Amino acid sequence: MKVVTVQNISRNFGKVEALKDISFDANEGEIFGIIGPDGAGKTTLFRILTTLLLADSGKATVDGFDVIKDYKQIRNRIGYMPGRFSLYQDLTVEENLKVFATVFNTTIEKNYDLIKDIYQQIEPFKTRRAGALSGGMKQKLALCCALIHKPSVLFLDEPTTGVDPISRKDLWDMLIRLKKQKITILVSTPYMDEASLCDRIALIQDGRFLKIDTPAAMTREFDKILWSVQSDTMSKLLADLRRHKKVKTCFAFGETHHITLEDSTLTPGEMKNYLTGLGHTGIEISPIAASVEDCFMDLSGNQTEK
Amino acid sequence: MLKYLLEKEFKQFMRSKFLPKFVIIFPFIALAIFPLAVNFSINNINLSVVDNSHSPYSSRLIRKVASSGYFRLMETADNYQEALKSVELDHSDVVLEIPPRFEEDLVNTRKAGVMISANTVNGMKGGLGSAYLAGIINDFSQEVREDWIAPAGRTVTPAFNIVPEYKYNPHLSYTVFMIPAIMIMMLAMICGFIPALNIVGEKENGTMEQMNVTPVNKFNFILSKLIPHWIIGFIALTICFFVAWLFYRLVPVGHYYTIYLFASVFVLAFSGFGLVISNYANTIQQAMFMMFFVVMSFVFLSGLYTPVASMPDWAQFVSNFSPLKYMIQVLRQVYLKGSGFSEMVHQFIALSAFAVFFNGWAVYSYRKRS
Repeated sequence: MKVVTVQNISRNFGKVEALKDISFDANEGEIFGIIGPDGAGKTTLFRILTTLLLADSGKATVDGFDVIKDYKQIRNRIGYMPGRFSLYQDLTVEENLKVFATVFNTTIEKNYDLIKDIYQQIEPFKTRRAGALSGGMKQKLALCCALIHKPSVLFLDEPTTGVDPISRKDLWDMLIRLKKQKITILVSTPYMDEASLCDRIALIQDGRFLKIDTPAAMTREFDKILWSVQSDTMSKLLADLRRHKKVKTCFAFGETHHITLEDSTLTPGEMKNYLTGLGHTGIEISPIAASVEDCFMDLSGNQTEK
Repeated sequence: MLKYLLEKEFKQFMRSKFLPKFVIIFPFIALAIFPLAVNFSINNINLSVVDNSHSPYSSRLIRKVASSGYFRLMETADNYQEALKSVELDHSDVVLEIPPRFEEDLVNTRKAGVMISANTVNGMKGGLGSAYLAGIINDFSQEVREDWIAPAGRTVTPAFNIVPEYKYNPHLSYTVFMIPAIMIMMLAMICGFIPALNIVGEKENGTMEQMNVTPVNKFNFILSKLIPHWIIGFIALTICFFVAWLFYRLVPVGHYYTIYLFASVFVLAFSGFGLVISNYANTIQQAMFMMFFVVMSFVFLSGLYTPVASMPDWAQFVSNFSPLKYMIQVLRQVYLKGSGFSEMVHQFIALSAFAVFFNGWAVYSYRKRS
């Protein structure tokens, strides 16, 4: 069953086209990831789907309701966690939760099961003011507040930005548990490594979707030869690799550089000789399988060439 | 739902480091100090005297002027030019010149002239100063006449003797006139600014957006903002009453409940106005400036400082749109005259209209989405 449907949504802010002709569907009990850099239009899309913003054109439904006509029904059925922490900083953890339970005409007790796993982690601090919580705690509280009325669709806008790795993992574990309760989750993130945790992902750049698929299919369909290259002088290496005629693209990926090849006849040995000739030491070259990030770089490169 | 939202507002208000103190201290300071500073009775007018006569009568006149309490005799100049110079240097405000033949004229022809020149850069001070001085000279001429008549055993009174009776404010105390108006200023500041800044603060924090995706309807949301500030307004007003009594022993001739009744409508109107501003402002800065601009206009057109009746026609017309005008009228009438509700139905209708208008506008302009 399709819980979220989006057809040809566009939205401009003055001359800036924030979203251009976006279409996709999300199914019941699915984690749908929207992956893209800052400013790609993720938040605008979420604000349209959560009935906070009107699209210039296009149609969208959430849980079967139209985002324009039936916005009141939608507000009863969704949970929204904005990217910026936006709970009452001067209220305590417990009071915040109670405010949101109350405005949704429910109580903490009624849906305690749903939030129990994550709330237990912040319960020791329930009399502390929300403003005094750490980043990870804040996100956990925000998730509890977004879940307290048992929504059927959950919108999480960059829930893991500025959160430590352990809390990030906790949060994703929680999302995977929620999925089992048939809650549809739309999550946006700039972190490519989180993409593999989603059921399906959409890569977004400059207000356009580059591709929608499962993470596995997306990396499988990557049709270029990909190597990771390392040496002792990484910044010189980047420039030297980019100068090589048979290298199509070269990007810095943390500790290694990923290159795709123009020409499949090039062997790692030849490349090593080329680099040694330029004075590099400690060279390591190995063919690797593509990650979502490689796919994104590849697709966004095509986009700009066109 | 509304009950818990109200509870939340009060909790937030009490937890704020600044607001509860502000609501208590602001009226205290304002009422204790402003009425003393904002005072139109003029004292300490600097006087320069040019006495060309040097006669017993002229020195008697000078003594009389100097002992009146309004003037400070700054210098006695030799001639008018010298006195004028002292005005130019801002040493004196008013010059009194007595002509050389003052006493002779007075005795021989029973008529003598003096010249009063006043610096009217500050029109109020110059105007009042010369008026006071003229009054004292008038008294002096009366005295002189009585001196001459008394020995002859006759009592002649002037044809008209005017004894004014000042109703409602017998001592013409400016303080008594200003305090009720300043109370209303306080109330307007507290009840207009706080709700506006509260909502814009929620916008800045993003909590507004979080509330907007919930099913809470706008009536409940606006009520949850209106009611707490309504109650805070009453508390501030009560503090004002107390301070007026404590420092000035000023209690209304009329009833406190009349004031509370009108204040309840006024606060509603002004909070509604604050909400309207908050719906159009996106940041606290914008809200502050918008509030400031409008409140200033309301104050100047309200008759707080200058009587509405002496404004030009267009300003008198515009002043009808200042809720402050009606509320200041009400408070002055209750405090000084002891008016009751029946004498002020007109003001009550006007304030109610403002309350309905601003709150209606607030509900209408509050948008949960953009």
